[in-house]
Amino acid sequence: MSTLLEVSGVSVTFDGFRAINNLSIQIGEPELRAVIGPNGAGKTTFMDIITGKTKPDEGRVLWGEKNLSLLGMSESQIARQGIGRKFQKPTVFEDQTVRENLAMALRNPRGPFEVLFYRKTAEGAAKIAEIAAEIGLTDALPRRAGDLSHGQKQWLEIGMLLAQDPRLLLVDEPAAGMTPAEREHTTDLLKRAAQTRAVVVVEHDMEFVRRLGCKVTVLHEGSVLAEGSLDHVTANKDVIDVYLGR
Amino acid sequence: MVRRRSFIAQNPSVLWFLLVLALFTLVVTLMSESVGSGLISTSFVKTLGKTLCLCLVAIAMDVVWGYCGILSLGHFAFFGLGGYAIGMWLMYARTEIIVTASLTNAAIPPTPQEVSDAIATQIFGVVGASEFPMIWAFADSLALQLIMVVLIPGLLALIFGGLAFRSRVTGVYLSILTQAMTLALSLYLFQNDSGLRGNNGLSGLQNIPGFRGTPQAEISLWFFWASALALALGYVLFAWIVSGKMGSVIRAIRDDEARVRFLGYHVESYKLFVFTLTAIIAAIAGALYYPQAGIINPAEVAPIASIYLAVWVAIGGRGRLYGAVIGAVFVSLLSSWFTGGGAPNIDLGVYTIQWTDWWLVLLGLSFVAVTLFFPKGIGGLFDYLVRKQP
Repeated sequence: MSTLLEVSGVSVTFDGFRAINNLSIQIGEPELRAVIGPNGAGKTTFMDIITGKTKPDEGRVLWGEKNLSLLGMSESQIARQGIGRKFQKPTVFEDQTVRENLAMALRNPRGPFEVLFYRKTAEGAAKIAEIAAEIGLTDALPRRAGDLSHGQKQWLEIGMLLAQDPRLLLVDEPAAGMTPAEREHTTDLLKRAAQTRAVVVVEHDMEFVRRLGCKVTVLHEGSVLAEGSLDHVTANKDVIDVYLGR
Repeated sequence: MVRRRSFIAQNPSVLWFLLVLALFTLVVTLMSESVGSGLISTSFVKTLGKTLCLCLVAIAMDVVWGYCGILSLGHFAFFGLGGYAIGMWLMYARTEIIVTASLTNAAIPPTPQEVSDAIATQIFGVVGASEFPMIWAFADSLALQLIMVVLIPGLLALIFGGLAFRSRVTGVYLSILTQAMTLALSLYLFQNDSGLRGNNGLSGLQNIPGFRGTPQAEISLWFFWASALALALGYVLFAWIVSGKMGSVIRAIRDDEARVRFLGYHVESYKLFVFTLTAIIAAIAGALYYPQAGIINPAEVAPIASIYLAVWVAIGGRGRLYGAVIGAVFVSLLSSWFTGGGAPNIDLGVYTIQWTDWWLVLLGLSFVAVTLFFPKGIGGLFDYLVRKQP
């Protein structure tokens, strides 16, 4: 397992509030990692920094074999490097069909003129069919994404991530609002994705994290409080004090 | 297997639109004074031709606003710039013919400089100038000035849009910025030393140089056909753009541009592409409109004109091209009926409603009503008629 993403010494301040404080995390490839922490621990800001939405005040974010810095890149450049993100609230394009949503995410050239003269290909269609099968939306392909259930939207968004074929998936609370059966399906999806790539899951739900059965990083007040297996971190006294004890 | 159906087969509304447009053109031609029964007067042929140009700028507005979500309140400025660009050639070439004719009887043959000075005095005498400003450098060449029709509005849109989108100005702030651009342009044009004859504008544009012997009845029909052709081509072009993957991406930008960025698309390039392309189409529409109107002055470029454009598209139904066409036809014809004295005044005893004054109030109220109660506009009615097949 080689290091894919290295975040070191990163700090961010919003109006005097230190959202991230000297945070350092390394993610390998392939790897499945859960990031947990109480509200305001900086989980979402951590994702914002990696994806270029927020620029840190100090620190480094290095990517891949060539140790490229992600800090100078725009959101779309970072996405093209192979970092995909799923938001907490499912954000799919509700006015468009499931197929259109997936087609937009497919890994193809992203320039305006390439998109303008884009022709559908057999490989593209096959890839969409494959992903739709994986997320259980084969029958829903011609349906409007807005008509899907909440859980189906979550899957569609995960499917869009898979269609991007990223090396790193950042997933924010994937199980929120799902039924137990849907959660199980989501766990399987993420585990399978993590066999070939890096997957970072931000989650509140301990039961869900336990089912993922992976290394856990606990964030608190913008820095890493503990890291290790779930049993290891839940036994940690600091973790019990700030998070689990409350 | 991928089924590749032709673009028209996937979009039956395009075919319907082209059929209706062709039929309309045929009927107008057969009823015109020039080749037909004469049931439609030449001035009404011009009105209809102008309306087709307004439809073209309306579908451009629909693409930039209804599909890409950029509420530009400046697209009529591009329309006006297109008109000015073609107007410069029309005025120059026509004045040149008149000046040359009057100088042929002179005792000494005039030098090119004298001819040029005489033309300049004719054109700019009204603003107290007698020399050609720099911007008229290409006015003697139709080909170059036709390039200007596309180039000047295109460059303005490219630079303005590039700066605005790069700074991630969106929503109402962008609308205000486009209004400011329009206002600045019209104020500039109002100045006498702008080089475009200040508030006199460019006039006599209906007289096409080299066709002095051709009656207006015939010229009006030629422009009507050209406008119909331009609208047909513009409609097919935009329908093609919004139907494919490009359409998918720009609608996604309208709905959630941050999400599109995280999919790896450079949102600003897409917005700039749509903004600039629609500005160019708007300019072409303007270049066809003003020779039919006969005159262009800075009031045409005033900010309110661009707001009307947004109103047409909203009333017609944004996010569908034929909606924009319906809105432009319906509102602009209704507007000329009301303001042209076509609508009878209503005598309330104590007060008489004169439609020339009250039409704008009526238009404003219908705009509010459409926005609140029928967000899909008139075009939305088609959804009831045509049930979509799954």
